[in-house]
Amino acid sequence: MERIISLFKSLLLIELLKGMSITGRHFFSRKITVQFPEERTPMSPRFRGLHAQRRYPNGEERCIACKLCEAVCPALAITIESEERADGTRRTSRYDIDLYKCIFCGFCEEACPVDAIVETRFIDYHGEVRGDLVQTKEMLLATGDRLEAQIAADRAADAKYR
Amino acid sequence: MMTAIQGFLGPWWTLAWTLAKILVIVLPLMGAVAYLTLAERKIIGYMQVRIGPNRVGIKGILQPLADAGKLLFKEIIIPAKSNKYLFLLAPVLSIAPALAAWAVVPFSPELVLSNVDASLLFVMAITSMGVYGVIVAGWASNSKYAFLGAMRSAAQIVSYELAMGFALVGVLMAAQSLNLVEIVQGQEGGFWNWYFIPLFPLFVVYIVAGVAETNRAPFDVAEGESEIVAGFHVEYSGMAFAVFFLAEYANMILIAMLTSLMFLGGWDAPFHAAPFTWVPGFVWLAAKVSFVLLLFLWFRATFPRYRYDQIMRLGWKVFIPLTLAWLMVVGAAMQTPYGYLFH
Amino acid sequence: MNFETVIFYIFAAILLLSAARVVTAKSPIHAALSLVLAFFTAAAIWLLLEAEFLAITLVLVYVGAVTVLFLFVVMTLDFNVEKMRQGFWRHLPAALVAGGIMAAEMVLVLRTRTDNVAPRNFDVHYSNTKELGRLLYTDYVYPFELAAVLLLVAIIAAIALTLRRRKDTKYIDPADQVKVRREDRLRLVSMPAEKPARAAAEKTEG
Repeated sequence: MERIISLFKSLLLIELLKGMSITGRHFFSRKITVQFPEERTPMSPRFRGLHAQRRYPNGEERCIACKLCEAVCPALAITIESEERADGTRRTSRYDIDLYKCIFCGFCEEACPVDAIVETRFIDYHGEVRGDLVQTKEMLLATGDRLEAQIAADRAADAKYR
Repeated sequence: MMTAIQGFLGPWWTLAWTLAKILVIVLPLMGAVAYLTLAERKIIGYMQVRIGPNRVGIKGILQPLADAGKLLFKEIIIPAKSNKYLFLLAPVLSIAPALAAWAVVPFSPELVLSNVDASLLFVMAITSMGVYGVIVAGWASNSKYAFLGAMRSAAQIVSYELAMGFALVGVLMAAQSLNLVEIVQGQEGGFWNWYFIPLFPLFVVYIVAGVAETNRAPFDVAEGESEIVAGFHVEYSGMAFAVFFLAEYANMILIAMLTSLMFLGGWDAPFHAAPFTWVPGFVWLAAKVSFVLLLFLWFRATFPRYRYDQIMRLGWKVFIPLTLAWLMVVGAAMQTPYGYLFH
Repeated sequence: MNFETVIFYIFAAILLLSAARVVTAKSPIHAALSLVLAFFTAAAIWLLLEAEFLAITLVLVYVGAVTVLFLFVVMTLDFNVEKMRQGFWRHLPAALVAGGIMAAEMVLVLRTRTDNVAPRNFDVHYSNTKELGRLLYTDYVYPFELAAVLLLVAIIAAIALTLRRRKDTKYIDPADQVKVRREDRLRLVSMPAEKPARAAAEKTEG
């Protein structure tokens, strides 16, 4: 008897019709597509995007060339050379982040004792020729200057969890 | 004006006039194919809670033109050690039957390119040739994926053709004619006269076999993009690929058209009462075709792909016995006083 | 020479060429594809003779089904054309004799029926499908049924010869797969996540 019932069920395509009714219902449901360039999904303040170097409010760069970020970087994307500046402080003469290698893990940011290297929420960058995506110290500082307000706000928002 | 042109062309008049009629059928068909691709992407998108293409033109209305333009300007790459002539012949072999079958498809009692007596047989014969495009493409590509796709497709199309043919035998038994116009005229007089009611199992078999015949999901093992990339047309690019695409969608529309003509009453209005008779027959036909096409897309959005052996089992062990059994029922019932139910 | 004659000669030429290609083509695939072309042009010539049912059936059966399976087999087999051609000259005399007999038979048959070959002109609505059906089911019903039974026997024989139940097959009937319910496969046992902490502690002490 059970066999006969199941035979009729399969002949009447009941399960197929059930499946179709589900897709049919979804046809009329509200669509969740985000129209990307115009709309964006919400982003966490901890988002790890393009790197930047920060400055102190007086304009002095924060980085002290301790090379902790270079040491911790799992992808070996950071290259640092340092020298003594005229005023006797140790500063970087070269600070490159190779974005082709970078895996955006955020370890450099964690390792930095002076909050100099940070990852911003900026993701809309591109390179037009080979080598464009190797960020030099000047580029990093420029990004930091441009996005300082957001960077500071993000650090403040995350501070209570640290 | 017609007579003037007729006089000018002389003996070539028949040829020119036929060509003009063919163009009148093929050009809108190509337009329908183009917009069927858009409809597919939109409808499947909606069923997946997306919105589909919406960037080209208002709501994506120009997307098919953009696609066609892109494909037109792409290079046709001919694989090394492939058989060049067969490689280029294959798309033609696949689109020619898809278009040739429209020669006998009626759009209204008068509007048909050639009203042949055996039009049903003609359609079956022509559509059965579509498989050569697939086989030749798979073989000429010199690629194992294409070859596997071609093999799968060949076996599948041949097996489902039988079930499809038997379903059509039911229709011609009911209509007692091989002529598509007469088949539609046999169903006139409201939806309760349409053949999908007495021949319901054959109707279902025909639609499912039609999906399998056009290699559409859930029977798309010939393409099976997760297993054999794109199956028989994996090596094709540019316009050669586009021609395969056109053929697939033209076949879909053809199957939908035949389903509406043979089971859904063609241009017959569902009720012969006031608001329904105001709508012209052609609109009813278009509505029915659109409905069947919607089913095609709906299937694709709903069902996962069949395993290959399950497809074969379904075709040979389920559909063919089912259609044969129902043919016996129809044949036996026609000898009883209740035979009128099947006419 | 009217239009139909021109078309007839074109089709006849294609037919003869493609038929010759079937025999002479080096690759079996090309031979099979030429066979398709030959069938198709033969159907076209039948259409010219107003034998549309036969023409369409030829396309439907031979082009649409038989040759597809033919190609299917030919493509999957690994042919060694060189090896197949080895005995050509040795077998030629026998082949010529057999071919000659066949050709002679065909000539004999065709010559006796030279009258009435030209198609009679019926009106547009004359259906030779109906005539053919009437003839098959009245005058020729016994030969027809006999042929049908013969084919049935052939089908059953072919299936019986190739059907063997393999013992090591892992085939699972999809119908059975679908019917499986959770209760058939899974037994839910209710048990506490772990022993109460105190009881466990006492046990280790004791």
